[in-house]
Amino acid sequence: MRLSFVLPIVFFASLAALFGVYLYQIGPGGKDIKQIPSVLIDKELPAFKLPPIVGRKDGLNTADLKGKAALVNVFASWCPPCRTEHPGLMLLAKEGFTLYGINYKDKPEDALEFLATLGDPFKRIGADLKGRAAIEWGVYGYPESFIIDRSGRIRYKHIGPIMPRDLEMTIRPLLEKFSK
Amino acid sequence: MKTLAILMVLLCAFTFVGPAIAVEPHEILKDSVLEARAREISKVLRCLVCQNQSIDDSNAGLARDLRLIVRERLTAGDSDDAVIQFVTKRYGDFVLLKPPFKSSTYLLWGGPAAFLLFGFGALIVAFRRRRAAQPFDTAPLTDDEIRRLENLSSGDQGGAS
Repeated sequence: MRLSFVLPIVFFASLAALFGVYLYQIGPGGKDIKQIPSVLIDKELPAFKLPPIVGRKDGLNTADLKGKAALVNVFASWCPPCRTEHPGLMLLAKEGFTLYGINYKDKPEDALEFLATLGDPFKRIGADLKGRAAIEWGVYGYPESFIIDRSGRIRYKHIGPIMPRDLEMTIRPLLEKFSK
Repeated sequence: MKTLAILMVLLCAFTFVGPAIAVEPHEILKDSVLEARAREISKVLRCLVCQNQSIDDSNAGLARDLRLIVRERLTAGDSDDAVIQFVTKRYGDFVLLKPPFKSSTYLLWGGPAAFLLFGFGALIVAFRRRRAAQPFDTAPLTDDEIRRLENLSSGDQGGAS
């Protein structure tokens, strides 16, 4: 067969295959292209310093996070998916994992009520009233969770609520891995 | 007729009204030069919540926070590039509405031109081949056909000469 006949067919077949692969990746159960991969993965923890929620005594800053693998969760009482994932966070805390909270643009009384009603899985919570710390962490949707290792690096970012499946498949295994 | 003309003019005037600006009055800097720079920077930064609007156009809370950060950095004396870098360091290249030209995006930027060149190349090759090939690659006329053709062209059959 002549080359000029075969070449276009091969060319278009390979293009179609390439498009097919990408389409398959975003297909049902595939990756969500709206999720933006974090550039902070494997980087040092961002510098931030947050006061406690008014009425508490903890607060959260970069130094608090060092030395232990942990999950850092950005949440707000006004965020429905945050309520959805909360039982999962409670479970992780019960299992002995360390969790820290960044309370994003919340009214203190609302945040306190949220924790009183649904439980408090966090070792420390910082109140990010202006949303500046969230920007340091590259947060753009709520909730978001970060897994950090003991050397003080961000190792994984989860965007959106941690559903039971996420908890079993990625979050808990990663926390276990970095806790070792 | 005159009222119609006026109506048309008015209609045209309203069509050219730009999109509403999301920047709120209290955000605007007193220094108009800095403010102009802030507006230009805000136009190239993507709002990550809506994803297809710049932070200059978006009303989302995060877009507002980023607009304020842009203005803060400028007031603190940062260059335009430094401000943009501040944001990309936290949100990645995706925050830029126009992807940067670097090794991971060569294919993205060069792809269309490469395809065009490839197409032209293929066209030129095809034309050359066609010209080089025998113009008429058909069987020669038989003796009988030649005789009939000669009869026709000699005009004996009563056709117009």
